[in-house]
Amino acid sequence: MSPRLLRGRAIARLAKPLARQSQTASPLHIRAASSLSQRPDSEFVSFPGAVKSAFTTMLKFDKPTDHPAIPTYRVVDQHGTIVDDTFTPDLSKEEVVKIYEDMLFISLLDIIMFDAQRQGRVSFYMVSAGEEAVCVGSASALSKEDVIYCQYREQGVFKHRGFTANDFMDQLFANKNDAGCGRNMPVHYGSKELNIHTISSPLATQLPQASGAAYALKVQRQNDPTIPPRVVAVYFGEGAASEGDFHAALNMAATRSCPVIFICRNNGYAISTPTLEQYRGDGIASRGIGYGIETIRVDGNDIWAVREATKRARELALEDGGKPVLIEALTYRVSHHSTSDDSFAYRARVEVEDWKRRDNPIIRLRKWMEAQGMWSDEKEKEARDRLRREVLQAFKEAEREKKPPIRAMFEDVYEELTPDLRKQMADLRSILDRYPDEYDLNDYEGGKKSLE
Amino acid sequence: MKSESIRHLARTAWPPAVSRRPLLTTLPVSSLRLYSTHPPNAKLNLPVDYSTTPLLSHTPQTALSTTDLPAKARNSTTKKMNLFQAINDALSTALASDETVLVFGEDVAFGGVFRCSMNLAESYGAQRVFNTPLTEQGIMGFAIGAAAEGMRPVAEIQFADYVYPAFDQLVNEAAKIRYREGKTGRSAGGLTVRMPCGGVGHGALYHSQSPESLFTHIPGLRVIMPRSPLQAKGLLLAAIRSNDPCIFMEPKILYRAAVEQVPTEDYELPLSKAEVIKPGENVTIISYGQPLYTCMSAIERAEKDFGVSIELIDLRTIYPWDKETVFNSVRKTGRCIVVHEAMVNAGVGAEVAAAIQEDEATFLRLEAPVTRIAGWSIPTPLMYEKFNFPDVARIYDGLRRVMEY
Repeated sequence: MSPRLLRGRAIARLAKPLARQSQTASPLHIRAASSLSQRPDSEFVSFPGAVKSAFTTMLKFDKPTDHPAIPTYRVVDQHGTIVDDTFTPDLSKEEVVKIYEDMLFISLLDIIMFDAQRQGRVSFYMVSAGEEAVCVGSASALSKEDVIYCQYREQGVFKHRGFTANDFMDQLFANKNDAGCGRNMPVHYGSKELNIHTISSPLATQLPQASGAAYALKVQRQNDPTIPPRVVAVYFGEGAASEGDFHAALNMAATRSCPVIFICRNNGYAISTPTLEQYRGDGIASRGIGYGIETIRVDGNDIWAVREATKRARELALEDGGKPVLIEALTYRVSHHSTSDDSFAYRARVEVEDWKRRDNPIIRLRKWMEAQGMWSDEKEKEARDRLRREVLQAFKEAEREKKPPIRAMFEDVYEELTPDLRKQMADLRSILDRYPDEYDLNDYEGGKKSLE
Repeated sequence: MKSESIRHLARTAWPPAVSRRPLLTTLPVSSLRLYSTHPPNAKLNLPVDYSTTPLLSHTPQTALSTTDLPAKARNSTTKKMNLFQAINDALSTALASDETVLVFGEDVAFGGVFRCSMNLAESYGAQRVFNTPLTEQGIMGFAIGAAAEGMRPVAEIQFADYVYPAFDQLVNEAAKIRYREGKTGRSAGGLTVRMPCGGVGHGALYHSQSPESLFTHIPGLRVIMPRSPLQAKGLLLAAIRSNDPCIFMEPKILYRAAVEQVPTEDYELPLSKAEVIKPGENVTIISYGQPLYTCMSAIERAEKDFGVSIELIDLRTIYPWDKETVFNSVRKTGRCIVVHEAMVNAGVGAEVAAAIQEDEATFLRLEAPVTRIAGWSIPTPLMYEKFNFPDVARIYDGLRRVMEY
């Protein structure tokens, strides 16, 4: 159906009885677009919808299979060997080690927290095993001022930007130090200082928001040229790309020339749904072209490829007054979808074990570092022990902390508490006063006093 | 391509009255069935005369003495405007006074299909006033992102009937960002969503809806509906400058019909504050938007016929709504009717009625059941509009029933 046509007609009818009073209104100002007309004997159409299309007399449907799959950019292969001759690492040894340790930290955090959930100590967790390079590699190519939107499997982005073990744990345990005031499920991190918007569960909603945020950054810099050029980077899975918001986001970003980098983690599964049931085109990358967006597909287990692509994407996004770029990073979800999922119900254990063993982003970088002589078994052991201790120490501290004050459940709905919410707060307080044995308030900062 | 389609749209959306007359005169009179006709013997269901209704300020003096008008505006001059011109004036004022304000939506750049954004792109630049692709969820997500990065976007949904694709963004995102962000302090508070709503005589299923009660069920949103040009300007400026996301619903039937003197000064009217339009002693009518005019007509007849005095309250902000003003009125009158166009089931009337009976001091003063006069529990069909939305006869009958109870 054509809603546009329906609307146009309906508008005409709506305006009819009203139009009689309109004689005094000011005349229409119409900004003329460039005029198009079909020249005689032209070889190209001049229909407004596609002006560069050549006429053909061949009746042939364009088949997706006529086009080769978009190639996958890689710098370092599974053995840690450089395959792109033009590549020269742009990071110091210390910086490479930092990147490696960030990935290692996330993989250790994942193991510890997955078990913690199994013991009932946190309510929920999602690991990011296999996808550490996509997150850390891309984050390492962005500027600190760049704004980031995540889906939920981007712990590496938070870690690389400076999220500490305590920051992770405070959110996971939803204690009084949690920036989200204990309102969100575990793994829904957010940080003002690190310019990362708080994660929300609805998939793909962050995508058009990223386009709008990027437009805001662009306008702000036009208003005040002393602001450094900034981009927005937004992460999402290949499953989320099936949502309408993906379509809306890419189309809006392209038409409004927004400096935004769309980073797709294509890990092969959306919970139990394999990509064959998610789409039939050439992955997510092939769609970018359709929206008029510069696009690249990279090997998501190769941190150098992800980093190089993101670096270049950032430059592109800031060119010509701003434009969107799409990166599809191919990888494999080694882990279960979440602690509420047993992925062996829908895929073979051996498939997962293969990926873990044969091509793991952490091991790939480690091999490269060892080849460069900057890493060794001793360093590996020392780093693992140190990082595990750091995580466990933060775990203990966060678990011991008080929960946020109960009052926080009523705050931040609006900028200020409404009269209704004040009354409901008093009503809850009254219930807690009259039924003291029915509630355990000891864990909450300030007990029921916070409701005053 | 663009200019052609725009010209076409502009012609259809706003046909000059002069070009229509020859067409009408060529038609045989017997085939004329105007939508605005009314039964020849009707005494109640007469068309609203917007040129004399006391709900509009026909003189600068009445405009400048409006309750809640800030002192600065009371000393200003006024200008005659209809509702779309007042909206346009508010948007222009907002754009001029704050460089973070952006105005966008479908067909906004050439002036909008209802002329609300006329000349704004020319005055403030294509960077700040622009068309978006035809995607409501995209418009909303885009606006939320811009708001979360410190802008004050004013997004337009062409008809309230088309807001549903954006519902997820509004409910799960715009309304909840401040809450989930917590101490980071981010929010989508700069967001304002404008949408034409309500019946227009022949809008049928998808150009007549009043979905306000769907938004009043979402913690985090403010839902506002003005009844007049003066109110529209003040409330829209307050909504744009509010740090909470606001849904601003414009009764489209008033765009050209409601004309009044509007202060030229930059002014705001308070949100979440109802207005007692007309004081009375025996019954309270609570409404908002266009039905207030119908209520006023019914009140004029009922006061004459029944010898009672009726209080009329305009909620203005439908959520969070001004309970105190409503409760105080009902405690005084003991009788209450809620009127709205939207379907009666789970509509705003349900919430208002429940709150009235739940408030002890008000409940004890009730002398009749709280009555709701609203759209029937059906979609908004084309040929039945006059039987569906509350009219003078139904409100008059409701007043009779609560008085006779």
